[in-house]
Amino acid sequence: MRRLIVSGAIALAALVAGTGAVVLAAGTEVHPKHQHWHFQGPFGTYDRAAAQRGYQIYAEVCSACHSLSLLAYRNLMELGLTDNQVKGLIKDIVVPDLNDDGQPIERPARLSDRFRKPFPNELAAAAANNGKAPPDLSVIVKAREGGADYIYSLLTGYVPYDKLTPAQIKEFSIGKDDNFNTYFPGHRIAMAPPLADDKVTYADGTKATLDREASDVTEFLAWASEPWMEDRKRTGVRVILFLLALAGLMYAVKRQVWADKH
Amino acid sequence: MASSHGTPPVFNNKVIAWIDHRLPIFSYIEKEYHTFPTPRNFNYFWNFGAIATVMLVLMIATGVVLATNYTPHVLMAFDSVERIDRDVPQGWLIRDLHMNGASFFFIAVYVHIFRGMYYGSYKAPRELLWILGVVIFLLMMATAFMGYVLPWGQMSFWGATVITSLFSAIPVVGDSIVTWLWGGFSIGNPTLNRFYALHYLLPFVIVAVVALHVVALHVHGSNNPTGIDPKGPQDTVPFHPYYTMKDGFGVVVFLIVYSLVVFFAPDMLGDAANYIPADPLVTPTHIVPEWYFLPFYAILRAVPDKLGGVIAMFGAIAVLFILPWLDTSRVRSCTFRPIYKWFMLLLVADVVVLGWCGYNPPAGFFIPLSQVATLYYFFHFLILLPILGKIERPLPMPPSIADAVLKKKAG
Repeated sequence: MRRLIVSGAIALAALVAGTGAVVLAAGTEVHPKHQHWHFQGPFGTYDRAAAQRGYQIYAEVCSACHSLSLLAYRNLMELGLTDNQVKGLIKDIVVPDLNDDGQPIERPARLSDRFRKPFPNELAAAAANNGKAPPDLSVIVKAREGGADYIYSLLTGYVPYDKLTPAQIKEFSIGKDDNFNTYFPGHRIAMAPPLADDKVTYADGTKATLDREASDVTEFLAWASEPWMEDRKRTGVRVILFLLALAGLMYAVKRQVWADKH
Repeated sequence: MASSHGTPPVFNNKVIAWIDHRLPIFSYIEKEYHTFPTPRNFNYFWNFGAIATVMLVLMIATGVVLATNYTPHVLMAFDSVERIDRDVPQGWLIRDLHMNGASFFFIAVYVHIFRGMYYGSYKAPRELLWILGVVIFLLMMATAFMGYVLPWGQMSFWGATVITSLFSAIPVVGDSIVTWLWGGFSIGNPTLNRFYALHYLLPFVIVAVVALHVVALHVHGSNNPTGIDPKGPQDTVPFHPYYTMKDGFGVVVFLIVYSLVVFFAPDMLGDAANYIPADPLVTPTHIVPEWYFLPFYAILRAVPDKLGGVIAMFGAIAVLFILPWLDTSRVRSCTFRPIYKWFMLLLVADVVVLGWCGYNPPAGFFIPLSQVATLYYFFHFLILLPILGKIERPLPMPPSIADAVLKKKAG
């Protein structure tokens, strides 16, 4: 019997290990650069300062093309900002609405509003971007294989045309006006390099290198994808501790009950 | 209120006695879950029936709560699922429990099926019990498939496209059936609505078949690791407290593993592409079903002909229905079948290989590998099992369960 349990366990382990190996082998594209993220691991939390800087990048750069439709401005308070600070951040943003006569108007954004979309609708977004609407970023970190590492790698993975080898230009049919990205499947990406050194001036005085900007905005987008992550992990620790204690008790009682039958 | 085997229980509580005299639910519980004589030699594989039952109840409970917050409309389904995660109090917990619960329900049921096959639990007089189990498995597959469509992500949409299109392989009426299933000429809102309705309905059908499964189980009682029938009271123990405690412990251990995934890797078993809203104009480069369908998906793709593939895939489950008659050995348990035991484990490896093939694009060496693995799968059931039962010489069997237990203790 014990042998059987062991072989079962081995089969299960092989299954798990096998799937893991397959996941790695499945992509033909380059593997994203592995970064250390503050939110990794069973106790990892979001780096509030980085995520706040990341919001600044989103607001000043990404939001020109990409919506973040699942988030409301009030959600920014979860990044450690007070309501007055958030109101300060959004004071210049106007959102579309209808007035009492049913006429379309624009009014200042409130905390309860969803993030303003850069285009009035999907067609307008596509028309302004060579026929393909830029993806919404609300769950982008969960929606890409490689997650945060992939987003970071993509943002830092552009290679200028004059640095490409003739073989690369030929193989991926890159023109002078195309953008080559090492980490994008197929390498030819519609999005021009969005970030560069000193693209923004950080409100908290941090030096805005390309690397810093990319990891900050990734931290922000990781939070946007799963704002409840810290709650999930905290709950998990309690649940596991409770179940371990319960299992110990159950095992003791089970031994006691079975004592006369063995 | 205690009673020994056979004699009807006497209830001291007047209310319980009054009810039981008119509607004997307490006698039933007493007989089937307390004094019920159960082989004393179960190993931990016998926990998985109870574990699967707990998962079924958990899926229904979390599912009903999700349904109160979900919107089955092609334009709103994706965002309504995200809203459950973001705005419903503890909504993320309910959804993580439900979506990973499906995987863990299948893990429990796959182990349960393996146990039934390894210890020959499907053999006379338990053939109908086994067949009801296969019916439950089929219903689970239908329910899980339709549930995966509901979030209306890319894999939801394209998985539904691939699976419903299978019916177009049926000669003559295939295309009409697909149109009827879709409720239109493409997958759209009517498809999502009927999948939602059926996803809510089928779990209760499963509950009904589980009830029949349990009734059938309690006619002849459980099989056990030796496959020998109990010969008297020395071979059995009352179900309670012996197996209520042992099952309870097993359930808690299983829940620990489940919780580790739910709380620390909730998206590990899912596909990243399902966080992209469904887009009928963009086909994902690689459409993969959920992991628990991968072996059957591999069999589907292993056959070069579409209709042939569909027949092979359904055939892979159909052979399970006739398993009790394919196995000609008079010995139940693999413990005493020195050759078949290894073929049984080889079948498990074969199914894992099929799953691996199903995960990968059908190219390169995965094509011949999936074909060989598919052939072996059917070889095992249709050729090996009937022949091996005739030629294999079983090991000597202990005279009774009690003897087996005592010998193991001494040895």
